Amino acid sequence: MNNQIGPNWRTIVRFGLIGGVVALYLSVIGMVEAFSARNLIGTFITLAQILIFGGPFVAGYLTAREFKDKPRTTIILCGLAAGAMASIFQVMLILIAHAVDLRFMFVSISPGLMEILTFGQGQYLGSLILAALSAVMGAIGAGYFLLPGTISRTLTSAVVVTLGVGLFSENVNQILSSNWLSLIGGRSVARLLIQQKSLNPIVALVLFLAVGGLTYWRATRAKAQVESDDESPATGRQKRFRTVMLIIAIGALLGLPWIVGRFLSQVLFMVGLYIMMGLGLNIVVGYAGLLDLGYVAFFAFGAYTMGVITSASPLGLTNLNFWIALPICAIVGVLTGFVLGVPVLRMRGDYLAIVTLGFGEIIRILALSDWLAPFIGGAQGILHIPYPSIAGFQFKTPEWMYYLVIIGSLLAGFLTIRLRESRLGRQWMAMREDEDVAEAMGINLVQTKLLAFAIGAAFSALAGGIFAARLGTIFPHTFNLLWSINALSLIIVGGMGSIPGVMVGALILVGLPELLREFQEYRLLMYGILLVVMMLVKPEGFVPAARRQQELRAHAKESAVGTAAD
Amino acid sequence: MLRRYLERFNWLDFILLMFRVVILVAIAIGIFNSVRAAKYTDNQWATLVFAGLAQGSIYALIAMGYTLVYGILLMINFAHGEIYMAGALTVVFIAHIFNDSGFLNAQPLLAILIMIVIAAAVSTILNVVVERLAYKPLRGAPRLVPLITAIGASFALQYTFRGLYGAQYRAYPEVKALRELVTVFGYKVPLVQLVVPASALVLMLGLYFFVERTKMGKAMRSVSEDKDVARLMGINIDRVIVITFALGGALAGAAGVFNGLFRPQGINFYMGFFPGLKAFTAAVLGGIGNIAGAMVGGVFLGLLESLGPNLILEGLGIPSVNQLKDALSFTMLVLILIFRPQGIFGERLAEKKA
Repeated sequence: MNNQIGPNWRTIVRFGLIGGVVALYLSVIGMVEAFSARNLIGTFITLAQILIFGGPFVAGYLTAREFKDKPRTTIILCGLAAGAMASIFQVMLILIAHAVDLRFMFVSISPGLMEILTFGQGQYLGSLILAALSAVMGAIGAGYFLLPGTISRTLTSAVVVTLGVGLFSENVNQILSSNWLSLIGGRSVARLLIQQKSLNPIVALVLFLAVGGLTYWRATRAKAQVESDDESPATGRQKRFRTVMLIIAIGALLGLPWIVGRFLSQVLFMVGLYIMMGLGLNIVVGYAGLLDLGYVAFFAFGAYTMGVITSASPLGLTNLNFWIALPICAIVGVLTGFVLGVPVLRMRGDYLAIVTLGFGEIIRILALSDWLAPFIGGAQGILHIPYPSIAGFQFKTPEWMYYLVIIGSLLAGFLTIRLRESRLGRQWMAMREDEDVAEAMGINLVQTKLLAFAIGAAFSALAGGIFAARLGTIFPHTFNLLWSINALSLIIVGGMGSIPGVMVGALILVGLPELLREFQEYRLLMYGILLVVMMLVKPEGFVPAARRQQELRAHAKESAVGTAAD
Repeated sequence: MLRRYLERFNWLDFILLMFRVVILVAIAIGIFNSVRAAKYTDNQWATLVFAGLAQGSIYALIAMGYTLVYGILLMINFAHGEIYMAGALTVVFIAHIFNDSGFLNAQPLLAILIMIVIAAAVSTILNVVVERLAYKPLRGAPRLVPLITAIGASFALQYTFRGLYGAQYRAYPEVKALRELVTVFGYKVPLVQLVVPASALVLMLGLYFFVERTKMGKAMRSVSEDKDVARLMGINIDRVIVITFALGGALAGAAGVFNGLFRPQGINFYMGFFPGLKAFTAAVLGGIGNIAGAMVGGVFLGLLESLGPNLILEGLGIPSVNQLKDALSFTMLVLILIFRPQGIFGERLAEKKA
């Protein structure tokens, strides 16, 4: 229609409206207001602003990409228009919310949100400011696309690092002004860096320039190096470097709880726990290809076993200590893995997922019921589970429990690696690819599947046992579906079948939301969106397992050929 | 004879058989004991039956969405329970507006019709949007990929609505006309317990005739038989899929309003998850892909849920049986998927599913 000369207005409208819908969505579900409490730099850049102007920026960028052959001024103008378009829904929201009270229905459209969207300038002036700033952001997005690669990369890393430090400034503050770091001047450093729970603007500027300069320098140097010399083979120096790095890493791992303080140690404890669970689920889902949505059942079995065996309350059967109880938890995990595994052996794919989900829920409801209350306490749960102790020393604090969970996850990691390289591991993967072919190759499917369930369950039950000992009390309400979903999300985000992926996934999905309070409320929303986006864009995960990646690529190619053939 | 049997003996089959026997014996003992104890009068049983019918017809309506989508895409639309929630939760506000203005009790029929239409519209639009954004790009991906996407979509929708409408419970207003008692077969039953199954039946019959008698329905059936051949016959597959999702969404939205009328307890953003799973159970019970089957499956599940605790579990000497209502439905889900995944009436899509 209109696409012979000049920009096609339809593209602009489309990207603009997409950006606008995203921005509106974030406002209406209350994310903008919730995140406005998180100051990044000074008190004037908050996380909310990033949400509001992210849409226009991306709209401008995408529009510019569509028009990349046009002259520069046209591209910038297109970006400007797209950015302005992107603000249209929010402006409408401001005007409507001013005229009618939407709050009885949409709880998030509060005066606070209006204040943020209009910059406290009232509806008309505020809308104008919002539209103008969005247009400018769109133009900046378009301009960003036009920058040469080196500069845009430099800018990106500088902005990301500065905002990242700003985002976690509260935690940095916590670390610096807690425990021994404060003795060597941590507190005054903190006071210099951080004002009112966010980064000092001057420090932010310095950081921005420093990171930018460094990246730019490295980028230009790397370019020069590529031109000057070819790659040299690995030398003894590199080997030694690697050893040193390993020692530093181990040292850091061991010293971490004492550097970061109690709160962050607890966060690390949870991350470690999820790494254990994730590694176990990774065997079931990633290696054997059995989608298990009731994984929390094994975790609950481990925790309840620990509770029933060691508890000092009347429900406790014996007073065995933690170290003897822990292997028993693992054994119970293996047994329940077998018991719950047998009925589902014939099942594949999606039905298996639903059945395991059903198991998880049945077990939670039974744990809650009065029927089993005489044995496991019903809704009151099990109290007085003792802390682990060695020779009178009790692992009371998260700092010490951290070591336990680190040992546990290292053990789980080691076992996983050994299993992956073993005959059993190869059988799992063969089974995952094609059950019928695997069976034809002489793989005993029953045995292979059951072992996957049992070993995965053992990891989870171990984690459950440690969890019970850490909390000291367990309630059936704790063991809900969300554990399974969390564990599943983290192995999908990290990459199914990838061990480093599990760790990265646990750090991102468990660690980050614990650090950022505001995220807590939107945690599951983000998990959900992340699952969808990962499946659409990067099904192999962020840290993909090499083999898995090849398969998915091959499949994509196949289906592409398929559609081409149609 | 014995030798041949022993040669073919498979311990897995044996365990599964034992499992089946134990469950059947437990059910039989439970029913026998409950009936012998005669703790409840037939009036009480009748109340449970009618409540179960109403609940079951709500499950059946939701199950339509699962069964239609599975029939065509071979995919469990895990987010379908949330589609149901979206309609129900949005209309709570409309219902209160109607109630405050007196419209709801002055013109109950008209008001409820408007509510159903709005809920169905919300659920339909949402289902189509989810399909477009999350499922459409994944046509032809490995089977587990759309399922994981659907799980993600389910949580994303739940917490989107939590953000929109808040986390608090909200109750539907009472419709006085529907609370009146009517006499059926000598038993007094609130009108709502008759209205809900009857209207659900009308809607499902409408769906049945749409699928069996219209051109679009014919296209849907052909797509579920064989997508590639259907495409060769000139059927626009994407359109058929969108219509399938729209129909499933509309019925789920209507089910949301029925649920609000039938049980005016508070609902919140989490309300759709368990009914979704139960409706899926109903769909599998009736043979997934089979509309009439899902109807029967839903009613069966509703009856099991309302009668089961008192009829089966109490006879086994289990205390506070009503806590285990959900466990009963999930046990049904697990059992049916393990022992008869093709459902009560068999499955039309059996060969494709494996």
